[in-house]
Amino acid sequence: MRKNSMVIPASLFFIFILSHLAYSQEGLPADEIIRKSQAAFYYPGSDMKTRVLMKLVTKDGKERIRDLTMLRKNLDKGGEQRYFIYFYKPPDVKDMTFMVWKYPGKDDDRWLFIPAIKLVKRIAANDKRSSFVGSDFSYEDVSGRDAEEDNHSILKEEVFNGKDTYVVKSVPKDEGSTDYSYKVSWIDKESFIPLKEEHYDKRGELYKVFTADEVKEIQDFPTVTKRTVENVQSGHRTEVTFKEVGYNNGIEDEIFSERYLRTPPRNGYVDKSGRSSFLFSLLTGFSTRCFHSWCGYFSRWVPSGGLYTKDSRWE
Amino acid sequence: MGLDIREAYLDYVSKLWDVRVGRQIITWGVGDLIFINDISPKDFPAFFSGRPLEYLKKGSDAFKFDLYLNVISMEFILIPFFERDNLPSPPRFFIFDPFSQVKDREIKELETKLENTELALRLYRNILGFDASVYAYKGFFRIPGVRPDNPESPTKLTLFFPELAVYGASLQGSVFSGVLSLEGAYYDSLDDRDGDDPAATNSQTKFLVGFQRELWRDFTAEFQYSGEYMHKYGEYLETLPPEFPKQDRFGQLMTLRLTQFLKYQTLKLSFFAFFSPNDKDYMLIPEVRHNITDHLWAALGGNIFGGKKETTFFGQLDKNDNVYLVLRYEF
Repeated sequence: MRKNSMVIPASLFFIFILSHLAYSQEGLPADEIIRKSQAAFYYPGSDMKTRVLMKLVTKDGKERIRDLTMLRKNLDKGGEQRYFIYFYKPPDVKDMTFMVWKYPGKDDDRWLFIPAIKLVKRIAANDKRSSFVGSDFSYEDVSGRDAEEDNHSILKEEVFNGKDTYVVKSVPKDEGSTDYSYKVSWIDKESFIPLKEEHYDKRGELYKVFTADEVKEIQDFPTVTKRTVENVQSGHRTEVTFKEVGYNNGIEDEIFSERYLRTPPRNGYVDKSGRSSFLFSLLTGFSTRCFHSWCGYFSRWVPSGGLYTKDSRWE
Repeated sequence: MGLDIREAYLDYVSKLWDVRVGRQIITWGVGDLIFINDISPKDFPAFFSGRPLEYLKKGSDAFKFDLYLNVISMEFILIPFFERDNLPSPPRFFIFDPFSQVKDREIKELETKLENTELALRLYRNILGFDASVYAYKGFFRIPGVRPDNPESPTKLTLFFPELAVYGASLQGSVFSGVLSLEGAYYDSLDDRDGDDPAATNSQTKFLVGFQRELWRDFTAEFQYSGEYMHKYGEYLETLPPEFPKQDRFGQLMTLRLTQFLKYQTLKLSFFAFFSPNDKDYMLIPEVRHNITDHLWAALGGNIFGGKKETTFFGQLDKNDNVYLVLRYEF
């Protein structure tokens, strides 16, 4: 009897401590803030269409461009999403399409269509830290990370760029799953849009800084239309502009299929003049005997042998 | 030097079906450089000398019809103009030729006529998260059979394209945090079902198992194991000319592909290897590619061939090791 009465006050005290750690003054726990922030940033609308312009800038100012259209659709089932990406630039990935079926709590399915050889290829997707098209963004930065994969706590509340924000620290439950040992996010109390994120590496030093440089209301959804991520250690940065953002377009489920990977969807989804209902594409290449500067190495006369004929096409 | 049009086609697209007419590249199957259900013509010299991968595939002059239904999608291809594979040949390549003393050679071209029109069908859909396809093809071997006028002391060789039908299937999906690929097919050698014509390839069963996984950031490894089982092997042995190299009943080929991206994917280190455990031959392709700007890339690589015997597929190419440099400006 006496033993029990000691246990109850001790556990009450524990709950009191916990609630103090996790709850802000307004009563929102850190987990809830992150979940709302994920919903506001990665899930607004039933679907979204946008043209994405990425500028990849090296420390010494050399620029590369990624120009693409992205379609995103939320499925009814808890958090599942479909992404469709069509590349305009750079030239070596022009006409390439990329599709992701995203499942929370499980590896995504990813497909790539390589137009030069008309190949639809499934690609392995277990490391979400890999760079998205050579930018400072990882796949996870593009499509989001499950809120459950980190432990979240509110560090403080402060005014950031004139907005009231929650400052939330997130520590990964599985250290091997991320490049950061922890991250700190400044989340707008009103829109729940992350205005800034700082990633700290395994030594605890700041290495990546994400900033929302422009936030606009589009169809009543607060939308980040300009975003920058900078690797402060390497000096490399990526600036993204989201143009022509539109929500609730009624994008059909079929768009996210092999058919449209091979022939990108028209109906205003992919802006390509040549891709109207009639397409005439003529790609020419000169077939030369000696394509590479080094192929003289090959050209030695061998008097005998071979399944060859006099037909020049065999040479 | 000549003009080589790789692709030139017209598309018509409607809600449930599409049509594509003209020269087009067709890629089927889930293998990485192992082609089982891929019926398109290949340009092996281009591949063996390090030209960019797309040059391995030749265009087909074809009519393609696609139908998309909720239950299943279908691709139907009609190829009226036969296109053979380009094979490595002298003087550019050193290769093994059992008839090296015979200079008089003739290709028996396939006439463009209704009976010679190639037909190919693919049905596909997603089954429990896997991309599943079944394939059927009726046409011809693209690598010719060789018929000597007189088996004892040939003076003339006729190269011809035996009739072929292929029935196959493939499956690809996410397993163990990677991508698993399975493919198989039965090659029905219609002109040599009994397997007693040494000039034509016997019927075969082919399969492949592949697994691809990203092991760490921007590093992917892919391994494939494939096999070819020859039917009517007894007949093959009986009719094989005595001095000819003997093919194994069960041929195997393994591949390994390693790819590492560095410096924001502007630098790509890759390594590809073919290795046949029964033929004991190999081909290795190490390559470094650098994207200098968005428009300009350079690749330096090599093709290294070798094997125990000079009569096997890669073994015969032993003396053809080469280094290649590609500079490409794209706009």
